[in-house]
Amino acid sequence: MPDQLLYAMEAGLNGLMAGVMYALVALGFVLIFKASGIFNYAQGVLALFAALTLVGLQDGQVPFAHLINAVFGTDLHSFGWTLPAVVAIALAAGVMVLLAVVIEKLVLQHLVNQAPIILFMATIGMAYFLEGLGDLMWGADIKKLDIGLPQGINETIDTLTYNAFGYGFFIDNLDIVATVVAAVLVISLTLFSQYTKYGRALRAVADDHQAALSVGISLRFIWVLVWSIAGIVALVAGIMWGSKSGVQFSLSLIALKALPVLMLGGFTSIPGAIVGGLIIGMGEKLFEFWIGPMIGGATENWFAYVLALVFLVFRPQGLFGEKIIERV
Amino acid sequence: MLDAGKTETLLEVNNIEVIYNHVILVLKGVSLAVPKGGITALLGGNGAGKTTTLKAISNLLHSERGEVTKGSILYRGERVQDLDPAALVKLGVIQVMEGRHCFEHLTVEENLLTGAYTRTDTGAIAADLDMVYTYFPRLKERRRSQAGYTSGGEQQMVAIGRALMSKPETILLDEPSMGLAPQLVEQIFEIVKAVNEKEGVTFLLAEQNTNVALRYAHYGYILESGRVVMDGPAKDLRENPDVKEFYLGMSDEGRKSFRDVRSYRRRKRWLA
Repeated sequence: MPDQLLYAMEAGLNGLMAGVMYALVALGFVLIFKASGIFNYAQGVLALFAALTLVGLQDGQVPFAHLINAVFGTDLHSFGWTLPAVVAIALAAGVMVLLAVVIEKLVLQHLVNQAPIILFMATIGMAYFLEGLGDLMWGADIKKLDIGLPQGINETIDTLTYNAFGYGFFIDNLDIVATVVAAVLVISLTLFSQYTKYGRALRAVADDHQAALSVGISLRFIWVLVWSIAGIVALVAGIMWGSKSGVQFSLSLIALKALPVLMLGGFTSIPGAIVGGLIIGMGEKLFEFWIGPMIGGATENWFAYVLALVFLVFRPQGLFGEKIIERV
Repeated sequence: MLDAGKTETLLEVNNIEVIYNHVILVLKGVSLAVPKGGITALLGGNGAGKTTTLKAISNLLHSERGEVTKGSILYRGERVQDLDPAALVKLGVIQVMEGRHCFEHLTVEENLLTGAYTRTDTGAIAADLDMVYTYFPRLKERRRSQAGYTSGGEQQMVAIGRALMSKPETILLDEPSMGLAPQLVEQIFEIVKAVNEKEGVTFLLAEQNTNVALRYAHYGYILESGRVVMDGPAKDLRENPDVKEFYLGMSDEGRKSFRDVRSYRRRKRWLA
């Protein structure tokens, strides 16, 4: 096999893996958009907040340490424990659920029946508030997130491909874990929404708020449920991205990468988020590999957006977006 | 024939006033009593306040920025106007909204199952699904289709069937005839009658189609711009010359021209 093709295959595979990471973020958007028609601008910040909380809990940091020390003149920093990863993740998930309850109580409940743009603005406000809250609670320094996920080159794939093609592929172990986690997440979310009472209620609310109310579905409960799930998905995305590149403010910007994924896959489709992520991940790596050198590189910054734009022209609801049902 | 005086009154609306958005007064003192096991019709033209009355009872008003500002609503003698819609559904009062409001992307069967959302007796749900399918055999054929792609009549059936799945005591049925062919309207009303007789479900139905409604209902209230202007047993209302003239389009001299009716209306407004 020619070298060029092998390199391309490796780039493509790595692209697929990167795509899974984008899809993880996009999933959170889809969940909330589907159930409430809200484009949740704060999804990226939720991931950041979740990752910060996880690191803080795991390392036994005292939340609001700076504030407490400044007000009371104390010198608190750490509880002096290191929690096992599983416990810390469970606690962080609990915090995300709590956050969902608080968001519903303080924000969403008061905006029932308002125009989508108003809810969108509210999520912008929430994004900046959460960003500040995260800093205040856990400090603004760059943190290392390590819950013991394997990292670095996967030797097995390297050896296998070396024996087969005479060229070892570099695939990061962390990416493989992310792929498995994403697959499990998508399958369980799909099963939940298709086959459980609450999943059905969730889809019902997405279709028609008023009718859902009329059969006795509590919108408030459904919103708490949706935001909790979105928060936990954000936690997963935060763990993956945080393990890869550390927990810092820029983590919240991964939301920007999720946008073209959503346009491609459709704002309302869970499988769409995954497929969209994969196409964008692979597309941008292959484009960079083949076309990049001809036009001076750095195509990864814009390729996804251009692709999304093309899609908007020809298929505005995205690949898997819900068809707008119109009877004639 | 059911008579409001003899049977137990299930639902009582006392002189309620409803205001939307803090300014728009829609109901100006509506009172009515719904007897257990009967079909009570709420009649009147567009904007008379039929839908608002139903929504005030089911408490769906709140999500439309409407509010009951005066009067009281009692169900089995207890005040229910501060309950949320879910609590009312659990009490046994469910509304079928005007314009059907199916969950478009859910299948017919999933739509029906959402009706059972508040129920805790999960074992009995399957049996009730069969019960709904016996009333609406058409829905059984289409159980796997997306509700958004079914016909208007089928959607109305889904909406009523969905309400039945909550095991209701009272169904507030809003404008079941809307946008349906006369034959289908008749079919829907036949089913309403059957459900009323066999399952003992009490109906309060809002209808513009006075003719059909008065044939199936036991008692009727006529609303005009937010007030009850007339009420009585359906049979009496059918025979009432004013009702005949205004709502059934008939008079002793046969059909009148629309122009005369309008002038009569104008005169009546002056009298009122």
